Amino acid sequence: MQKVKFGILVFPGSNCDHDAHYAVSSVLNQEARFVWHKESSLGDVDVVVIPGGFSYGDYLRCGAIARFSPIMQDVVRFARAGGPVIGICNGFQILTEVGLLPGALLRNESLRFVCKDVYVRVEQAGARFTSACAPGEVLRIPIAHGEGRYVADAETLRRLEGEGRVVFRYVTPEGEAVPEANPNGSMNNIAGILNEGGNVLGLMPHPERACDPLLGNSDGQKVFQSLIQSFAVHETVHNLS
Amino acid sequence: MNSSIGISEPQVTRELALDHGLTEEEYDRILEILGRTPTYTELGIYSVMWSEHCSYKNSIAVLKTLPRTGERLLVGAGEENAGLVDIGDGLAVAFKIESHNHPSAVEPYQGAATGVGGIMRDIFTMGARPIAGLNSLRFGTLDDPRARYLLKNVVRGIGDYGNSFGVPTVGGEIYFDACYRDNPLVNAMSVGIVRQGETARAIAAGVGNPVMIVGSATGRDGIHGATFASEEISEESESRRPSVQVGDPFTEKLLLEATLEAIRTGYVIGIQDMGAAGLTCSSMEMSAKGRVGMDLYVDKVPVRETGMSAYEIMLSESQERMLLVVQKGHEDDVRKVFEQWDLPATIIGYVKNGGRVTVYEDGQVKADVPAESLVLGGGAPVYVRETREPSYLKDVRNPDYLNFPEPEDYNSVFLDLLASPVIASKRWVWEQYDSMVRTNTVSTRGDAAVVRIKGTSKALSLCTDCNSRYVYLNPRRGGQIAVAEAARNVVCTGAIPIAITNCLNFGNPYDPEVYWQFKEAVAGIGEACRAFDTPVTGGNVSFYNESGSSAVYPTPVIGMLGLLNDVSGKMQAGFRAPGDHIFLLGTNRGDIGGSEYLRIRTGRISGDAPNLDLSHERRLQQLCLELIEKKLIQSAHDVSEGGVAVALAEACLWSDVANTGIQSGVELFGSVRADFWLYGETQSLIVISASPSAAADVLGLSRQRGVPCQSIGQVTDKGMVSIGGKISLRTQILREVYEQGLASALGE
Repeated sequence: MQKVKFGILVFPGSNCDHDAHYAVSSVLNQEARFVWHKESSLGDVDVVVIPGGFSYGDYLRCGAIARFSPIMQDVVRFARAGGPVIGICNGFQILTEVGLLPGALLRNESLRFVCKDVYVRVEQAGARFTSACAPGEVLRIPIAHGEGRYVADAETLRRLEGEGRVVFRYVTPEGEAVPEANPNGSMNNIAGILNEGGNVLGLMPHPERACDPLLGNSDGQKVFQSLIQSFAVHETVHNLS
Repeated sequence: MNSSIGISEPQVTRELALDHGLTEEEYDRILEILGRTPTYTELGIYSVMWSEHCSYKNSIAVLKTLPRTGERLLVGAGEENAGLVDIGDGLAVAFKIESHNHPSAVEPYQGAATGVGGIMRDIFTMGARPIAGLNSLRFGTLDDPRARYLLKNVVRGIGDYGNSFGVPTVGGEIYFDACYRDNPLVNAMSVGIVRQGETARAIAAGVGNPVMIVGSATGRDGIHGATFASEEISEESESRRPSVQVGDPFTEKLLLEATLEAIRTGYVIGIQDMGAAGLTCSSMEMSAKGRVGMDLYVDKVPVRETGMSAYEIMLSESQERMLLVVQKGHEDDVRKVFEQWDLPATIIGYVKNGGRVTVYEDGQVKADVPAESLVLGGGAPVYVRETREPSYLKDVRNPDYLNFPEPEDYNSVFLDLLASPVIASKRWVWEQYDSMVRTNTVSTRGDAAVVRIKGTSKALSLCTDCNSRYVYLNPRRGGQIAVAEAARNVVCTGAIPIAITNCLNFGNPYDPEVYWQFKEAVAGIGEACRAFDTPVTGGNVSFYNESGSSAVYPTPVIGMLGLLNDVSGKMQAGFRAPGDHIFLLGTNRGDIGGSEYLRIRTGRISGDAPNLDLSHERRLQQLCLELIEKKLIQSAHDVSEGGVAVALAEACLWSDVANTGIQSGVELFGSVRADFWLYGETQSLIVISASPSAAADVLGLSRQRGVPCQSIGQVTDKGMVSIGGKISLRTQILREVYEQGLASALGE
């Protein structure tokens, strides 16, 4: 099977870029390369990762400046053409700012930055990013953010829920989506959502931090493995036809 | 010379020199060095360079008594911005701890943030990539609103800076005592990795080579920050708020990436970050080290405010700046690297022969001074101050402190201990720090943090440690204990202690009693470092930690570097499996001097510091490492604040197995009073656990090595903690109290 080529965007202030690179290349044995934000073309990549961090310091609204970086035009083109894009933490914030995902991420309800392991339930095991998970499976994945409270207007929420685009929800270790399990006050305990095409994922938890077994947790591998498998499926179909 | 002084500048007089914090004698020396009255800019330069903060004038003679050599040391203490330690595989660790106490006292958020920024720059200016941050904090007791305010904002400042900068904050410590109410201690430590042979030096060399300033523009913030750090906190300190710098972690992140890339070009001759005394300190130290001079043109320095004078530009402590000496002809190669990261890199002068640094503004000479005369190790003053054994020692050691009855209810006093902010979980704090970014953090739970080094099988074990109550009660032994406990902490993770950095926080050195504390504590640190073969690689001294008439407890914080050659051999502090046997390594003498238990029971910090026998401690630590290496034990946890009882509770709470508890026999205490055995803070004790099949071997090896090993019970999954027939509580209750203690004290 051919290696999947991950393009990992680097904005000034990105700080999880190396983590994503390490997870997909060293742990999952795929190809990975950095794409500098001033470039105008993604080049030959299969997947775009918008990593976590504090692009441009996030002194304004998180992600509000990064969306104007030259590379983002090509990211939008890539996404509209159906290419898979995964935005983690600051990457999720950038995806909402650039309009590839609905809603917004506001300051945590506690008004404090929070870094800890949380539990998320896989709400859509059939999605491109979750096919390696069982329906309703609970994953332990860390979060690390000050502005991760997902909000959207009632109509958007209704659509997200109705169309099965809420892909991860904060839950207790036992899988209950209760307020105590919600680390930041997100509406409906939302931790991750998909775009309409199902090819763009934004999530606040950091799956790339939960890949290397040496660090005591490899639940995050499932997100990347799902994606990698989706290419294997494409390849198989292609070879058969 | 005088004709070149701008009309707006004050006339330099002896009085003005005294106002700048210089002494009569120091001013006389300046007159002698220059052979004339200094200009206003020169006066500013001398005053900051000869401030306590930059010159170490009252500490350096004592610091030189510390062991500062070892086969792993690649750079000696004080030679570069941080110590450099060989860890094999062609790699080295650069690490250092530094104080930012005074800025944090008046502006806790920015003070703490820039403390983190400053220490990170010290590391990456050497070409090392920071991989971990730690911090050691002291505040007043939390019933005081000021202490709560300082804690909340210091923590937010550390978090906001470190989180954005993208280096995980993996460990540290927090204590609360009334003596820190107005003068909190904020010590930040950074640890970086560099390939040997790829380090950069803080040196100027090569006549004609350009001098570049890179990073942020220069503003008026932080002027005289170094001088401010060299005086006591008082009611006027509030007016020093403008002396506190403002941090910009985003720019620091860019500066980090650009600096490491620039160093890799091979065209950077020397580089130093601008911390205390900004452009002055970096230019003077680099010149003095290279035995050269510089011409500096301050009107070339990018500024963020208009009308800044040479004096202000030379003394500004604006953050996120570096000074570089670059190979002539390759200015553009270096500039291009910084511009890629949107950072200006501007030539502001040139290296010249002769050892003088000449500062020009609009063509006029504003300062012309011999660099050597300004620096530590050169012409900066060196003093050895008068000492006197403090009078309080007799009072605190009066043995009547032992005259209080055994508790009626061992359970409730145990819960009081677990809820005490000194002992309770610091989760409220560390959850605000990104402890995982860069995916190297193997563990933060336990006695020390473990951070792996990608591309090798190695990991570093890191901690900070100082129980200042012990140092207050017995400075020499307290200094020894700080090192011994830090070493024990990394040993409990399976790491070999290899070197330390220290941050020595004391009161006014002109007070003979304070200076006695300082000399004694340093002597104790030196003795312990020799015993454990952990040389001092550098650090920082912070004097003048006083407010009103009283100094803080003498607080020499030790930052310990431990090395695990194989990360898979890492030991955990939490119990692992029901049925495992629990042992106590060492002899529990029931020392309660300076303990949190004594404070809770009597309201006093009294007695003598716990006993410590360095050779016994060394044997204990070597045994623990041997037990880990031979895979005979399942967990190891150091006994510290709250004593054996708290250590046992923590080992249950940190277990990955639900409902972990313990069941111990009733014959634990021997001739020691039960509460002193359980809650005293006897040194050289480690709680370990072993599977039943290994228990006999553990006892046997301990006997062979001459270290007492007391069997004290078994790990259970019954969710009860039962110790010695005195304590019997549900693990869940302990968890709630331990986890909620700090948040409750904060009113959250």
